[in-house]
Amino acid sequence: MIVADLSPEELRGRLGGAGLSLRVGAYLFRIHSPLEPVARGLALMYPDYPLAPEGEFADFPVRVMPGRFLRRWLQPQARFLANGHLPFKPMPTCQALPLLEWGLNWCVSNKVFDRLVIHSAVLERKGLALLLPGSPGAGKSTLCAALAYSGWRLLSDELTLADLGVPRVYPLPRPISLKNRSIGILKEYAPGAVCSEPVHDTSKGSVALMRAPADSVARALEPALPRWVVFPRYVAGASSDLRPLSRGIAFMRLAEQGFNYGLLGRAGFDALSDLVDGCDCHEFRYSRLEEAVALLGALDG
Amino acid sequence: MSVDSLLIECLLSPERAATLAPAEWESLVCQGQAAGLLGRLLVALESSGRLEQVPPAPRRHLEWTRVVIESQKRAVRWEADCLRRALADLEQPFVLLKGAAYVLAGLPAAQGRLFGDVDILVAREELATAEALLERHGWVGAKPDAYDQRYFRDWMHELPPLRHGARGTILDVHHGLLPVTARLKPDADRLRRAARPIPGEEGLWTLAPVDMVLHAACHLFHEGEFQRGLRDLMDLDSLLRHFGSEPGFWADLIPRAREMDLGRPLHYALRTSACLLATPIAPEVLEASNADGPPALLASLMDQLFLRVLGGGEERADRAAAFFLYLRAHAQRMPPHLLLPHLARKSWRALFGLEADSAP
Repeated sequence: MIVADLSPEELRGRLGGAGLSLRVGAYLFRIHSPLEPVARGLALMYPDYPLAPEGEFADFPVRVMPGRFLRRWLQPQARFLANGHLPFKPMPTCQALPLLEWGLNWCVSNKVFDRLVIHSAVLERKGLALLLPGSPGAGKSTLCAALAYSGWRLLSDELTLADLGVPRVYPLPRPISLKNRSIGILKEYAPGAVCSEPVHDTSKGSVALMRAPADSVARALEPALPRWVVFPRYVAGASSDLRPLSRGIAFMRLAEQGFNYGLLGRAGFDALSDLVDGCDCHEFRYSRLEEAVALLGALDG
Repeated sequence: MSVDSLLIECLLSPERAATLAPAEWESLVCQGQAAGLLGRLLVALESSGRLEQVPPAPRRHLEWTRVVIESQKRAVRWEADCLRRALADLEQPFVLLKGAAYVLAGLPAAQGRLFGDVDILVAREELATAEALLERHGWVGAKPDAYDQRYFRDWMHELPPLRHGARGTILDVHHGLLPVTARLKPDADRLRRAARPIPGEEGLWTLAPVDMVLHAACHLFHEGEFQRGLRDLMDLDSLLRHFGSEPGFWADLIPRAREMDLGRPLHYALRTSACLLATPIAPEVLEASNADGPPALLASLMDQLFLRVLGGGEERADRAAAFFLYLRAHAQRMPPHLLLPHLARKSWRALFGLEADSAP
């Protein structure tokens, strides 16, 4: 059974009752929320996701709840709670969907310790994975969205989950979070893709979500072999420029983007070494998506 | 009064865990996570040979906790080493407290325990020197807000928390056991005088066994820090079980508590630990400690409150009990003319959403 099998009433009934148990990759999220933007957002963004039967063990039971006290009515707020813990400040109710997305990322990046969790988009083609790590604003999600709708399989636009024993990365396919100008650019680039209404004035500016392609949701348990690490940087008007980067520098930059790299100690170091050893590493300056997609598509396997 | 807590039940009798349905496992893992006791559960299951029987999904959470605990132990050892070097110039040795002490001294209380901050005790007259040395070695104030600074410096028994600029670790530097403004006045110098060097860890000291127990008791039953209350009670339980076999421990405990003005917190600690965690405490010890307890009527009320709150219940009455103990703890920390403005300020901050950790 998948989310799309539920009627709008059933969906809201679960969200307000026992919870909506979504299977995303190797994890089970159970979402509770009485908030309409959450129900609408889930129906729009997660239709193809498998539902788990009631009573199954959920890895991450989470809630998106109305504000407390006056903040239920006065400039109403939404609060994200993971097992009673509030990792973020409350946000306006209209931002509840991005808040949920950030919350789900928080769960994985703060709780999962049998994988090296790297802040990086990751896609696959012919079994080989391309990592796009990058600081916020570097254009990694934009490029990731374009690739995901150009023949690459989306593993994640935000979190790369690397095995601690063998060079392998696991999918966590979820909606792609687009910010500010990239929303319009992507709508033009992939007119068929389903996007949520943009939400404005979040801490990251305007945010819209783009649905993960159905194929990547269906193949959410299929790992890939890391093959390329590309650090993208969007520079308006620049021509595409793909330059080799030494593995040493790529290693250091990836380590900086590792959520649990320090905590894993030796195991994290070894996993990242193995990952980088098997990859060609590049720096990539781009502005035109078509050009960028073509260049990355031509990378040697 | 019986306490209906799956977590406590499984911590005490790990064989119970083998019979759980998936939904029960979920509440167990959630309770364990919220209480900071998933690691203890892992240790309990492992040492009773039951870990293999845990279904894969909850097992994965237990294994994640193992990684966190190992990492925190490494970090605590490293932190202690940095402190030893940073504070080498102090005239009187600093003393490791709580979790850091348990790890460095290799106590069973450290097994499966999660850590927050590192706590140390320094001589009051060397506080300024210690702060300057720490600053020179990269620790900076974690709460630059002027009100927080004043709150700690004028009223508390510790400096405002320090954060290490490079490692991000938090350090609490204590110079006393209880707030300066508290009614009970334990003398921290006595604690330091009785402190012991940790064998094989040059320059690192812990409190004497009885004092370790008293410190844990006063932290929980006076300070009223109940967010991690059950974890702290497990610490107490573990210390009592471990040191209880040392000659002279039980005979020294109550006289020492009275000498330190901590008879009442110890009384609550012993009763609650025995009742909730079945800590083996001889009846004559409990009997003797009763002399430090409150009058009979109040005593049974306090028992109920502590059991409710530490038992981790979520009912309305449990939350009311938690709120009452929160107020009680504050009332014990400071006199009303300081307390009321302080709580008003905290409520104001909470109301306007200033209490969460960070923006996403």
